[in-house]
Amino acid sequence: MPFESVNIFEQDFWEINENLEMLRKQANAESVLLIDKAGQLITSAGDVSEIDISSFASLSAADFAATSQLALLIGESEFNTLFHQGKKLSLYVSVISQSVILVVIFSQRTTLGLVRLKVNNSVKNLEMIFRRIFEKLGTVKEEKEQEFGEDFFEEADSEIDNLFT
Amino acid sequence: MSLINYASREINCKIVYYGPGLGGKTTNIKYIYSKISPGIRGKLISLATELDRTLFFDFLPVDVGNIKGFKTRFHLYTVPGQVYYNASRKLILKGVDGIIFVADSQIERFDDNIDSVENMKENLAVIGLSIIKLPFVIQYNKRDLPNISSLDKLESILNPMKVPYFEAVATQGIGVFDTLKACSKLVIRTLSR
Repeated sequence: MPFESVNIFEQDFWEINENLEMLRKQANAESVLLIDKAGQLITSAGDVSEIDISSFASLSAADFAATSQLALLIGESEFNTLFHQGKKLSLYVSVISQSVILVVIFSQRTTLGLVRLKVNNSVKNLEMIFRRIFEKLGTVKEEKEQEFGEDFFEEADSEIDNLFT
Repeated sequence: MSLINYASREINCKIVYYGPGLGGKTTNIKYIYSKISPGIRGKLISLATELDRTLFFDFLPVDVGNIKGFKTRFHLYTVPGQVYYNASRKLILKGVDGIIFVADSQIERFDDNIDSVENMKENLAVIGLSIIKLPFVIQYNKRDLPNISSLDKLESILNPMKVPYFEAVATQGIGVFDTLKACSKLVIRTLSR
């Protein structure tokens, strides 16, 4: 399941966004990002305009993947959370439904304890949403066939040809 | 694992360059970085050793543009080719949507190519994937060197599935975009699955 394609529809997306924004406010964090395990940003809350999001998402996923392997080497199935402490900003990273990574960027305006507490609450909500998303995976084929038909492929081919010349 | 976000109308796909060490995977991605417009590519991230050998991966995001209202982006990754970095290779393959195998055409690297293909299949199996079901293209790199295997020999051993293949000289950019184009188009066609 964790390596199936992820399809996120309108209702789930806004619900995820609401949860992230609530977490950001309650934890008094700078920003919150949700990233899939392949290193792709799903969505974020707070001001992330100063961050190179693609690089951040890719490296967060790699960081989490590498640390999970370290866990296995000492007989743990996974480290559910990671914490990176900086002088001004720190990261608190947590896994959701074994397939999505939640990253909270926070400053000294808050504390690790508060961030941890609020993340724990949010993780439960987000897990429910992602359970629903993964349950839907088997039923979205028809919608995908409608969106991604021959005309989509032709336009994509044309864009790819123009881009990579 | 393509990520399709219907709410924000975004599609993200992951393409991985696989192959033996020093075969030219990073050279491919660096050439792409140097030739496409800065406006459509992100930063090139290289997690490399002091000797410029890939330690974990290289990463380059490329915006394909707006396709039928979907902002479409490819994330290009390379794996470290050196044999003892297999744990890293497994991690990079997670969530892969398409693979470009960069083979080293030099005669003395022939067996390394075979080992790397086998290693790729094993690592994919660990995460429940099979090369038979994934978009897959092969690039025979270093075709400008004098001591290279014939195309027929490479094809007969490395490409039993008869997937698309390309001859390349990645240092000069020859074949680099043709390979990427072919794999990108195959990946796009898997979105409806």
